[in-house]
Amino acid sequence: MSGLKILVPVKRVLDYALKPRIKSNKIDLTGQKQSLNPFDEIAIEEAVRLRDRHTKKTSPAAIASITAISLGPAKAADSLRTALAMGADNAIHILTAEDVDLEPLSVAKVLAHIVKEEGSNVVLCGKQTISDDSAQTGPMLAGLLGWAQVTQIAAVKFVDGETAEVTREVDGGNETLKAKVPMVLTTDLRLNEPRYATLPNIMKAKKKPLKKTNLADLGLELAPRMRNVKVEEPPPRKGGVKVEDVDGMIAKLKELGAL
Amino acid sequence: MLSTRSTTVLRQARFQFRSSLFSATPQFTSYARLLSSLAILEQRDGKLNGSSLAAVTAAQKLGGPIHAFVAGAGTKAVAEEAAKVEGIEKILYVDSAAYDKGLAESFAPLVVENIKKGGYTHVLAGHSAFGKNLMPRVAALLDSQGISDITAIEGEDTFVRPIYAGNAILTVQSQDSIKIITVRGTAFPAAEPTSGTATVEEGVDPKDATTTEWLTENLTKSDRPELASAGRVVSGGRGLKSKEEFDRIMPPLADALGAAIGASRAAVDSGFADNSLQVGQTGKNVAPQLYLCAGISGAIQHLAGMKDSKVIAAINKDPEAPIFQVADVGLVGDLFDKVPELTEKLKQ
Repeated sequence: MSGLKILVPVKRVLDYALKPRIKSNKIDLTGQKQSLNPFDEIAIEEAVRLRDRHTKKTSPAAIASITAISLGPAKAADSLRTALAMGADNAIHILTAEDVDLEPLSVAKVLAHIVKEEGSNVVLCGKQTISDDSAQTGPMLAGLLGWAQVTQIAAVKFVDGETAEVTREVDGGNETLKAKVPMVLTTDLRLNEPRYATLPNIMKAKKKPLKKTNLADLGLELAPRMRNVKVEEPPPRKGGVKVEDVDGMIAKLKELGAL
Repeated sequence: MLSTRSTTVLRQARFQFRSSLFSATPQFTSYARLLSSLAILEQRDGKLNGSSLAAVTAAQKLGGPIHAFVAGAGTKAVAEEAAKVEGIEKILYVDSAAYDKGLAESFAPLVVENIKKGGYTHVLAGHSAFGKNLMPRVAALLDSQGISDITAIEGEDTFVRPIYAGNAILTVQSQDSIKIITVRGTAFPAAEPTSGTATVEEGVDPKDATTTEWLTENLTKSDRPELASAGRVVSGGRGLKSKEEFDRIMPPLADALGAAIGASRAAVDSGFADNSLQVGQTGKNVAPQLYLCAGISGAIQHLAGMKDSKVIAAINKDPEAPIFQVADVGLVGDLFDKVPELTEKLKQ
């Protein structure tokens, strides 16, 4: 094997610190700050760190390339530039219509297509987007490709070019698995602390290759399986009371039947 | 005048929208099979994970016959225990150590074979680490778009799920012939094994191999109730300042209340508490009777995991902290004084 070819899917989403606005049965993103999905940022960071760790001749696994990919409208290119500035080698932008948010199954099918085209053998993606919160694309892609999958990873260590020991977060703690290339890994928050793209790297990223294509050119037609019936505000919680002291708190909790 | 007219137009539009929905329904039913559900149960070391029975509760809401599925070493006993849950018609079990750790690469084809054999229209599992890992792979193998973390069922094809960290509630209608669903445990209280009399039967085993190998696990040992299903949760945040203080202040309060311990992401990231205790969008969702938190500001990602709690109580020294906007009872004060005082008074 000539090394690991890592594909990192990234998505541009409403910035994590913002509360979504709901307008006419949709999430209204107009004029709202959008950023790279935090879990995808962690995925890019991990790919770059893997390469840094594996630069020596004696290293167990060489990283041949890191390709960032995004499916989305024109602005998704911004997220890809961020990924390039963080250290990805090249990027692929699959342009989709402004008002279309592809379902995880469709995204997984497109990614499976690209994986074959690019000859990728490791896909490193976020465990979920913070917009849709589905947490499906990674394991779906692994299923479509028949690859190994390790989701919600907290640590990854390649023991050679074929095998990685991967620790994943599970309910009640963590577990460690030994997975074989090719594989899909999905990142959890604890995996790493993503770097900030420095200005020189942002400048350099502008010169890195960013290939643009679209679903029609790829020959993919993906009908949605879901219809969004409605989007609503969650029921508001009634404003509570502030109490003066601990006794007041205990009394109030008793009154509310919580004690 | 204008407003009245526009309301009428809106109403008309709504009516047309609805009637077009109705006309769409018969097309569906003409080739839809009779509804039947398969609930995927979890086990560990030959013990049933009770909270995975939330999938059964959700299946009960759908109507139609319910079968349940469990696989791993020695799972006949697990199947016999789950057979006592009212409403389950049949339990399928596959007794094989190959499936013990729930590795999705072999577990997903196993589930798929059993779905195909049983002809189920709905397959449900808990939105736990196990369900999140397994079900999308199952969905992909069946060419179905999975539906994650549902909190309500509106009809056999219509489901409600929170998006954007619970800041919006989405209702979706699925057009797939097999619906692959994970359910939020706090929205569907786990069915209890009581006097049910489900038949216990061996499922099909396609014996798919996986190259992935399970090596070790490191689980937090605790005598306290399990966080995701506890009736009471006490939770600490950045305000605890250190692991030592977290361990000194929070466990006695938890013990005084018989509560599970949770933590904010800030507390977990700072190493005060274990990852598995994190409550929030990226951690666990809890909806206990009482959620009592100290030193937590109430960022939206945290609120996502606890705002369905019945009663929320907060202790924080910052009167402007967003947590007070959702708390039923708020106490502004230094947690290092107030929490020990509260613990003492609760013990009395």
